Amino acid sequence: MNRRELIKAFATLPTLTVAGRVWAAPATDARLLIVFLRGGYDATNVIIPVSSSFYYEVRPVLAVSRPDPDDAMSALPLDADWGLHPALRETLHPFWARRELAVVPFIGANDDVSRSHFQTQDTIELGQAADGTRNYNSGFMSRLVTELTRARPIAFTDQLPLTFRGTTPVPNVSISAVGKPRIDDRQARLIQKMYESSELAPAISEGFRVRDDVYQTISRELTEANRGAVSARGFELSARRIGRLMREQFNLGFVDVGGWDTHINQGGASGYLADRLGELGRALAGFTEEIGTAAWRSTVVVVVSEFGRTFRENGDRGTDHGHGSAYLIMGGGINGGRVLGEQVKLTQAALFQNRDYPILTDYRAMLAGLFGRLYGLQTAGLQKVLPNVRPADLGIL
Amino acid sequence: MNLGLRNRAGGALALVVCAVVFLSGGARAGDLPAEDVALLERLTWGISSATVAQFKRLGRDRWLDEQLAADGETILPERAQEQIDALAALKAPLLKTVSAKDQEIRAANKLEDPDQRAAARRAYQQSLSDIARQAAAREILRALYSPRQIHERLTWFWFNHFNVHQAKSNIRLLVGDYVERVIRPNALGNFCQLLSMTVRHPAMLRYLDNASNAVGRLNENYAREIIELHTMGVGSGYTQRDVEELARILTGVGINGTTRTPRLRPAHQTLYHRDGLFEFNPARHDAGDKTFLGHEIKGNGLEEVDKAVDILCKHPATAAFISKKLATYFVGDDPPAPLVSRMAETFKSSVGDISMVLRVMVQSPEFREASRTGGKFKDAIHYVLSAIRLAYDDKVIRNTQPIQSFINRLGQGLFNRSSPDGYSPLSTAWNSPGQMMARFEVARQIGSSAGNLFKPEQADAATEPAFPLLQNELYFRFLRRDLSPTTLAALAEAISPQDWNVLFLSSPEFMRGFAGRAP
Repeated sequence: MNRRELIKAFATLPTLTVAGRVWAAPATDARLLIVFLRGGYDATNVIIPVSSSFYYEVRPVLAVSRPDPDDAMSALPLDADWGLHPALRETLHPFWARRELAVVPFIGANDDVSRSHFQTQDTIELGQAADGTRNYNSGFMSRLVTELTRARPIAFTDQLPLTFRGTTPVPNVSISAVGKPRIDDRQARLIQKMYESSELAPAISEGFRVRDDVYQTISRELTEANRGAVSARGFELSARRIGRLMREQFNLGFVDVGGWDTHINQGGASGYLADRLGELGRALAGFTEEIGTAAWRSTVVVVVSEFGRTFRENGDRGTDHGHGSAYLIMGGGINGGRVLGEQVKLTQAALFQNRDYPILTDYRAMLAGLFGRLYGLQTAGLQKVLPNVRPADLGIL
Repeated sequence: MNLGLRNRAGGALALVVCAVVFLSGGARAGDLPAEDVALLERLTWGISSATVAQFKRLGRDRWLDEQLAADGETILPERAQEQIDALAALKAPLLKTVSAKDQEIRAANKLEDPDQRAAARRAYQQSLSDIARQAAAREILRALYSPRQIHERLTWFWFNHFNVHQAKSNIRLLVGDYVERVIRPNALGNFCQLLSMTVRHPAMLRYLDNASNAVGRLNENYAREIIELHTMGVGSGYTQRDVEELARILTGVGINGTTRTPRLRPAHQTLYHRDGLFEFNPARHDAGDKTFLGHEIKGNGLEEVDKAVDILCKHPATAAFISKKLATYFVGDDPPAPLVSRMAETFKSSVGDISMVLRVMVQSPEFREASRTGGKFKDAIHYVLSAIRLAYDDKVIRNTQPIQSFINRLGQGLFNRSSPDGYSPLSTAWNSPGQMMARFEVARQIGSSAGNLFKPEQADAATEPAFPLLQNELYFRFLRRDLSPTTLAALAEAISPQDWNVLFLSSPEFMRGFAGRAP
């Protein structure tokens, strides 16, 4: 689907109204969700380099075997070089066949070699150069909000993530723990009055604005026995809620999920990482179910992580902090079923510092290319969102 | 007191008047200059009349001397101490508890019947959680009622700095001992000593996987975080090579949960160390020489670790990193660089004397100036503890469970931070729209009633009557003069004492702490 079709698909959606905000003339609209896997997920064992004998050599315990239709524990076929982890068989692999899932290997923040979770997460969320003075009050998603006329942003996180810090207040909601608000309207009015001249005034009015809407949308879970949402748990439950909220109220979202820092006993085709992936797969599939067919056509989900992990397994059947990663991109209208971006044959010589995936696609370039196509942003706008970045058009849309 | 409020508040009136009468019989706070109110609000877990009385009795200088003393003794009010004494799980020696629990889970796993096995495993998990809850209860009681308030703040600060997460493995068994024997005794002492003791505690070695770090099976997780998070800070000049060399130095530093000693070659026997659960096993250690941060370290067992800790502690980047974090926590998100640099100089010249570094901060004009303009936006635990201290003062709570749920709800539960960076010292990490909504909900819970705070956990114990009395003497003497006209106007619309409490605890002034400004 190209951008015009995407806009067409979007035009068929019912008009969206959100209390308290007046929207400027529509420029374009599409939904975007960024999913951040915090902890540096082991991309090498998720998007598996099945054509690399070096991979099988240096991961004697962890490697997932080459695709084999008779072996349920083998990798699922993507293309000649890559396979998908078998824990994603029922959930994400079907998206590949429908061309609604693409993967970008060898991606990450190419100027950040700190191998620090926190430093690199910050780099990615800020979308600024890793070196030099960074402005911690200017995340790339916040700058995107400023450039879009119809953005209805939200972070589905307990804290406001760095990526949404900036000049426009963005609401956040603790998506795993939405409860009935007990502060009543009168108290809410008095509280807002107390903060009239406080720098927190925008945050507080945003908070009250979305609080009831979010609760109402989510509390319907309790009354509708809907497509397994009631029994969903953990990140799948969160993702289903996000699907509902992005179907009805928001079009630019961010969510994170931790637990990917697998230094010991991460498992191969089964085990710890496989369980985490199973949950991630159910979450993403659940999200698409809840957002619904119509909205899914104009939705893009990008799954990112701060870095990949060491190409070789370590002494504890785990992996240590690395460099390049592999991102997943999903969407009802994307040109999926393909491995995107520059690639390299995985031999020892190809490794970055003889240890990690190299980065051949900078994540900022990928995002700039995506934003250009998805939102029709021109160079000037893209430069404000991701300064000094040359957009890479990977043909996602 | 505002007469307009009396008329509108209706039912609130009688209670408020009674409160003032009750309090006037107790320890009177008397007058306190604005600067001193600000000091107490910044350095303690929130102003209380016990703290005010202590401060007035000693005077500012002696109060600070006593508060900053590294080796003071914490004497809690009897009602708090007896609750801690009743926490039975924390009394047994750690090695005994851990080996008993290890046996328990091994026996559970051997059960043939799947239902019995599942039940036994649940009982095991439950008992671990109970032990960690008792450790958290002890911390909360001390934080609320210890007369050594700065020591309490620093105990929390250092635990958070050297964070471990209770959900991993059996850390729930270890975390109480970790606070008690590693963090508390060194919270105002020497940073190098503190660092060195964290390296030898099983909670840390388990949490950052060093218990699995061995020669030929290198795991660099802990090595990286010691440099990046515990000492020098990211981007301070170390390399990937330094991380790997420190990981080699740390090989063999681990845990032995049994009472047995491994069989070793004679050459290894002299290098072997054991202290409770802590074990240095030379057979797992990389005996080669190392180069760490430009220093040659000869292969020599556990001594290498001491050398590495010493190098890290004396590194100028560590002095700067730790000083900045302390100043960020106590002064503001972007602490003045000259202050941080003076603190770092003291850190270097005193080789990590925490108390001296703090004294430089507290007595600085920058600290006074920051306090004068109101406090720093409180993080969740500071918010909850200061509300409880103000609401109940020295009437000791009987149950810490509600406090644990409040801080869990606000995303800052004790021992609950999963990643090794600890909770953020920045106020921007705590005041997002969603967090403000949650905070107002907690304000409603704390302000509306005592809930279960005075309901002891023992089944047969009676609940003591109590009410969160926020319009108390401290409020009228020191805090009210800080409230803006808009806050006062909103409070004047309160329809009950409970409602007044909710609004007061939701006010921007309470979120930041008070500066005690004169009207």
